[in-house]
Amino acid sequence: MTRNWHEVFKGVAPPEAEAAPAEEIEEKKRGWFRRFKVSLSKSREAMTQRLSTIMFDKLDADLWEKLEETLIFADCGVASTVEIVERMEQAANEGEISDQQQFFSQLEKAIVDIFPADSYQIDVSHQPSVILVVGVNGTGKTTTVGKIAYHLKKEGKSVVLAAADTFRAAAIEQLSEWGKRVDCPVVRQEHGSDPGAVVFDAIAAARSRGIDVVIVDTAGRLHTQVPLMEELKKIHRVVGKQIPGGPHEVLLTVDATTGQNGLIQARLFGEAVDVSGVVLTKLDGTAKGGIAVAIAHELNLPIKLVGVGEQTEDLRPFDPGDFAKALFEA
Amino acid sequence: MFDTLSDKLQNVLGSLKGQGRLSEDDVNKAMREIRLALLEADVNFKVVKQFVAAVKERALGEEVLESLTPGQQVIKIVHEELVKLMGSASAKLTMSPKPPTVVLMVGLQGSGKTTTVAKLAKHLVKQGKRPELVACDIYRPAAIDQLKVLGEQVGVPVFSIDGSNDAVEIARKGVEDAAAAGRDVVIIDTAGRLHIDEKLMEELVDIRKQVRPHDILLVLDSMTGQDAVNVAEQFQQQVNFDGVILTKLDGDARGGAALSVRAVTGKPIIFASTGEKLNAFDAFHPDRMASRILGMGDVLTLIEKAQQNIDEKKALELEEKIRKAQFTFEDFLDQMQSMRKMGPLAGMLAMIPGIPKQLRQAQIDERELDRVEAIIRSMTPEERRSPEILNGSRRKRIATGSGASVQAVNQLISKFKQMQKLMKQFAGGKKMPNIPPELLRGGF
Ligand SMILES: Nc1nc2c(ncn2[C@@H]2O[C@H](COP(=O)(O)OP(=O)(O)OP(=O)(O)O)[C@@H](O)[C@H]2O)c(=O)[nH]1
Ligand SMILES: [Mg+2]
Repeated sequence: MTRNWHEVFKGVAPPEAEAAPAEEIEEKKRGWFRRFKVSLSKSREAMTQRLSTIMFDKLDADLWEKLEETLIFADCGVASTVEIVERMEQAANEGEISDQQQFFSQLEKAIVDIFPADSYQIDVSHQPSVILVVGVNGTGKTTTVGKIAYHLKKEGKSVVLAAADTFRAAAIEQLSEWGKRVDCPVVRQEHGSDPGAVVFDAIAAARSRGIDVVIVDTAGRLHTQVPLMEELKKIHRVVGKQIPGGPHEVLLTVDATTGQNGLIQARLFGEAVDVSGVVLTKLDGTAKGGIAVAIAHELNLPIKLVGVGEQTEDLRPFDPGDFAKALFEA
Repeated sequence: MFDTLSDKLQNVLGSLKGQGRLSEDDVNKAMREIRLALLEADVNFKVVKQFVAAVKERALGEEVLESLTPGQQVIKIVHEELVKLMGSASAKLTMSPKPPTVVLMVGLQGSGKTTTVAKLAKHLVKQGKRPELVACDIYRPAAIDQLKVLGEQVGVPVFSIDGSNDAVEIARKGVEDAAAAGRDVVIIDTAGRLHIDEKLMEELVDIRKQVRPHDILLVLDSMTGQDAVNVAEQFQQQVNFDGVILTKLDGDARGGAALSVRAVTGKPIIFASTGEKLNAFDAFHPDRMASRILGMGDVLTLIEKAQQNIDEKKALELEEKIRKAQFTFEDFLDQMQSMRKMGPLAGMLAMIPGIPKQLRQAQIDERELDRVEAIIRSMTPEERRSPEILNGSRRKRIATGSGASVQAVNQLISKFKQMQKLMKQFAGGKKMPNIPPELLRGGF
C-alpha cells in the first residue's frame, strides 16, 4: 500500500494523531493511485492491451511467451524477464498457479520481490541534510528537485535549493522559477561558475540560517562523459568535506521511457557518486518503466519516488505492488 | 562487459570459414542471438519478430562465402537487411521554393528539442541560410530564456512574446516576423508533451494548421525503449511528422528505437545530435546506425573520426613512409597525438570490428601514453629520426630528461623496433599481421 510522505522522509515526524477514521486514510491512499491512473487518458487505455483478460487462459508455452513479451515490452530487459518467467514456471510446477487470480498474485510477488524492501526512505534527519539529484540530460532533475522541496515543506521542513547546473542555458532561471513556485530560497551564482562553489555556498547558507534540507540540482550529463562525471564526483566531495557523511541522499532520475541504457546509467552514476535511490520520472506516459526492474534486479538499487506529471504535486512514493500491477494491467 | 554479437555468433556457429550452406540448425541458433541482441538494443519486440522472420527466410540455405565464418555470413545478411529497413541514403529537409521554409519541432519532454533547434539553426547557417527561431514553449519554466540564450550563441534571432500563453499565436506571429525580416527558414520550438496528452496534442494540431510547416520533425531520444513505437504512432496520427532527429547519440545507447520508429512510421531519420556542443549535429547515416544497433563496431565512424583529426597531408606522408619502411619516432609521436585527439584509445579499439577480444579488453593506460610521450620528447630530433644511434649514454640522458627509468626507455625502443618490423611486413603487401597484444600495452 502506498506510503505516506512522513514515512518516506526519515527525520519527519508523523502528524499529531488526528482522529481521522482508519477507513478515510485508506480511502485517501487508494485515491493517490487512482488519481495517477485517472490522469491517464483514454488513448492510453486503448493502447495497452488488456493483458489481464487475454493473458491467462491455460498454462502452456503460449502463456509463457505472452508473459515474456509483456515484460520485454515494459522494458524490463532480457535478464530480468528470464528470471521472472522462470520463477513463475517454478511456481506453476509446484502447483501454486491453478487459476487466473493465482497467476497474477504470483506475478506481482515475483516482481515485488526484486525490489529491495527496506530502503525506501529519504534521509532528511541531519542538520542540514543534503540531497544530490543527478542524471542524464532531460530526465527530470530540476522538476524533481522542485517537487521534493514542495513535499518536504508540506511535511514541515525548511529547504534551500542549490543551482549547481551552471552549464545549461537558463538552467539557473528554471530552478529559480521553481524556487518561487514552492517558496524556497535558491542559492545561485553566475552561469558558468564552479558548481562545487554553489554547493559550498548553499550548505553554508543552510547552516547560518538553520535550514533543514539542501537539495542540489546538477547539470544533466551522459554517464559516458568522463570529465563531467569527474565534475560530479567533485561536487560530491565538496558536500562530504563540509558535512561528514554527506550527501545523505544521491537520487538518480531515470526517465520511464528509457530502454536498456538505463541500466548502464544507473551502474555508472552509482560507481561515480554512490547513488542511494532512483526517481523514476514520466510514469504518466505510456511507458511502463520496466527498466526500474532491471536496475533493482542487477544493482539492488531501490526506487524511491516516481514522477507522474509536470506539476508540483506530481510526485509519489514508489510502491512496488502498484508498480507491478501497472506493468501488466491496462 | 558483454561479448559482442560477433563473438556470440562465433560461439554458437563455430569459426570455420567457408563451410558450405547455413543449415537450419545454424540459422535457428543464430536467430536466437540476433533476437536477443535486438531486444537488448531496445528494438520493439514486434519489430524484432518481423525482422527476424524475414532474415531467417533469407539466411536459410545461403552459401557461406569462402572468406567468411558462418557467424560473419549471418551478420552480413542481418546488416544488409537492417540497412534496407533503415533506408540506405541520408534523407534531407524539404525546402520551400518560396521562403521562409517553416520547420516545426515536436517531441516528448526532455528529448532535447530546444538544444536541437539551436543546433539545426547553426547547421543551416553553415549552409548559408538565415534562420529565425520561434519560442513556443510557454509551459516549462525558463524554456523561452533558454532558447534566447542559445539563439544568441549561434547568432540567430529569436522571436518570442513575453507573458503570452497562446503558443499558436506566437507561432503565427513568429512566421510573419521572419517573413517580414527576410529570413529564409523559421524553426519553431514547442513544449515537450506526452503523445497521450489530448489538450497539448490539440495545440500542436492548431499550430500546424496556422503555419503549415514544410517539415515537422519528431525529436527522439536515442535511449528510448519499447515505448518509442507508441510515441511515434501517436505523433504520426495526430500531426503526421516528416522526419526524425535522433538525439544524445554521443552516449552508449544502441539506439534500437530508431529502427522501431522507422519500421512503424516509414519516416526517415534525418539528423543525429551527438554532443553538448552546438556543432555536434550532423546528417544521419542509416548504414552506420545499423552497425551500432547490432553492436558490431562502427568502422565507418572510426574512419571518419580519424579523418577529421589526422591532417590529410600528414596521413599521406605517413603512408609513404610506411611503404618505404622509414617510420621514425617523430612520426610515431605525431600519430600518437592525433590518435589521442580522437579520444580514449580503448574506445577506439572497441570500434574496430574483428579486433580480438583480449585486445579490446587490454587496459590501455592513458598515463602510460603520457610516459611514452615524455620519453620521445626527451629525444633529440636526430635521435627521433634515426633510432639506431640511440646508444647507452643517450638512453641514460633520455631517461633522466623524461623522468623514466633506463629500463623503460630500453623497452620503448625495442618495442618500436618490433613495430618497424611489422610495418615492413605490412608494406611488403602481406596481410596485416596479428599484432601481439603486449605491443599494445605499454604505449603502443
Ligand atoms: N510528463 C512528465 N514530464 C516530466 C516529468 N518530470 C519532468 N518532466 C518534464 O521533462 C522535461 C525535462 O525536465 P527537467 O526537470 O528540466 O529535466 P532535467 O533533468 O533537469 O533536464 P536538464 O537539466 O536539461 O538535463 C520538462 O519539460 C519537465 O516538465 C514527469 O514526471 N512527467
Ligand atoms: Mg535541469
